[in-house]
Amino acid sequence: MVWVNSILQGVLLGGLYALFAAGLSLIFGIMRLVNIAHGDLIVLAAFLGLVVTSSLDIHPLASLVVVVPAMALLGYLLQYLLLNRTMSDDILPPLLVTFGLSVILQNVMLETFSADPQKMNTGALDTASITVGALHIGVLPLLMFAVAIAVIAGLQWLFYHTAIGRAFRATSDNADIAQLMGLNKKHVFSLAMALSLAVVAIAGIFLGTKTSFDPSSGPARLIFGFEAVIIGGLGNLWGTLFGGIILGVAQGIGAQIHPGLQQLAGHLVFLILLAIRPNGLFPRVAH
Amino acid sequence: MLVTRNSRSSNAFIVFVGVTLLVLCTAPLWAGRADLRFLSEVFLYLGLAYLWNLLAGYAGLVSVGQQAYVGFGGYLLFALAINVGVTPLALLPVVGVAGVLIAIPVAALMFRLHGAYFAIGTWVVAEVFRLTAAQITSLGGGSGTSLPVSVVKSIASSRSGRESLSYWAALAILVFVIALVFWFLRSRSGLALTAIRDNELAAESLGISVWRTKFVVYILTAGLTSILGALIFLQKLRISPDAAFSVNDWTAFVIFIVVIGGIGTLEGPIIGTLLYFLLRETLADLGTAYLVILGATAIVIMLFAPKGIWGFIKERFGIELFPMTRRVVKKQSVQTQNTQTLKGENRD
Repeated sequence: MVWVNSILQGVLLGGLYALFAAGLSLIFGIMRLVNIAHGDLIVLAAFLGLVVTSSLDIHPLASLVVVVPAMALLGYLLQYLLLNRTMSDDILPPLLVTFGLSVILQNVMLETFSADPQKMNTGALDTASITVGALHIGVLPLLMFAVAIAVIAGLQWLFYHTAIGRAFRATSDNADIAQLMGLNKKHVFSLAMALSLAVVAIAGIFLGTKTSFDPSSGPARLIFGFEAVIIGGLGNLWGTLFGGIILGVAQGIGAQIHPGLQQLAGHLVFLILLAIRPNGLFPRVAH
Repeated sequence: MLVTRNSRSSNAFIVFVGVTLLVLCTAPLWAGRADLRFLSEVFLYLGLAYLWNLLAGYAGLVSVGQQAYVGFGGYLLFALAINVGVTPLALLPVVGVAGVLIAIPVAALMFRLHGAYFAIGTWVVAEVFRLTAAQITSLGGGSGTSLPVSVVKSIASSRSGRESLSYWAALAILVFVIALVFWFLRSRSGLALTAIRDNELAAESLGISVWRTKFVVYILTAGLTSILGALIFLQKLRISPDAAFSVNDWTAFVIFIVVIGGIGTLEGPIIGTLLYFLLRETLADLGTAYLVILGATAIVIMLFAPKGIWGFIKERFGIELFPMTRRVVKKQSVQTQNTQTLKGENRD
């Protein structure tokens, strides 16, 4: 039963990892940009949530109303003012600029919020659980998982059923031709980053309610998200959810064997899958 | 007409390097203990910068996981010195070979990822190394271990002798690294690398094995990075997983050094390292703000002068310190004429 429980917890944790991964996958799919500061932005969103929650005295989940638009705006400006200048066939400039950004963000957060671990209190939600047989399922992890599914379904709908989704797909296929067809490449890229950081905001708030975080927690979140993307297969959002679940379950089982093995088990499963399925479990199908 | 790689500036530079090396070799005779330690640190960082520059600037392998090898080298040195009881300096070649060997499976796996995903993949590998090191209880687990006094004494009986030896070791490995990178880039493999950098597809179709060339660069770099890591922690006499596999210390700073100095040039890492230590010594009191300034400087350079400080100087004044670019000169004035540059062939 202990094992069933740790697998179940792993599956639910996978939802959070899928949220980490969705924003990463999104911008890679649309503009081939890998944002090294992604994890630090998740932590920034968590800190923003903390500030909003404590200053307005509202529930952490209610802070999403402020944090999501704020992060989306930040994303738009970040892309428009900074990252668009680095977009070319050369992968080095965006990589190094976001790497620099990551170091800057970590140290600014360290200066502003100190190195103390923080956590957002969700009140009754923290301990609420549903009992199924001998299993106790936390309501918060369950909610997190449901939100992850909703976010991915929402992104999928956005991509295939809206005008902006069409613009994203067109830009992804060929940014220059899309520009010729009347799309403003820079604007589309900036919107994509805004969308990515809106997802980051949700991921950050759930991270902050589930576990404690500090200014140096970012890189690990980036790595988990990245692993979920690769396991699931590049450019496949549902695959990313599945990748997150595999990673979560691997970590859950690892932690059950020995607490020190939690992260290591996740990384090893990632490396093994990379060795046997280099294109991920669900490589992107033509659409 | 004659094709040469030498120029007036490169000839002057060779003389300058010779004199500087002589002065640096004798440093234990005239420099204080703190200065020796500082110089060793500069040498080791410069070595890391050269290797990362070869990897990212020439082979296009942008790794953010080189701390894997720094930590691996450090840990292997400690493990062997403690358990086998051989004097640490004699273990350096072993560490280098082990670094190459462990890099082979890593490369085989990581080369399945491309571009930025390769970068994060190497970071995962470094995390695996760190988490594994934290599981080794005989080396102190997560809190790390110190080099036992008996091992430290086996390097040299006196403290000053020990410090001189590790200083010379750092200088020697740096000279070896720079000479090797220089030689490698001027060899056939270097020409292959240049071709790959300029156009991978064209290079492949001309018969260059892109995979193999990059593979050789990766494992070579890993072996040398391991040796540098071993020396770094031999200087510190203490190792822990977080220090040994620190992404900031062994990769972020090194990347900033190379980017600010000039990526894809042999002069860039030197300029970058000097500037980095100058900044660090003057701004260290600022604490975290110093790291913010460093990161911001790297971003500004990447945006406005992507070839770094040396790239700017090279473009502006056309000088080159390492004789790399081939030029056509009039036969009678090989030593003085360097204005007619043959462009397009083996730049840098």
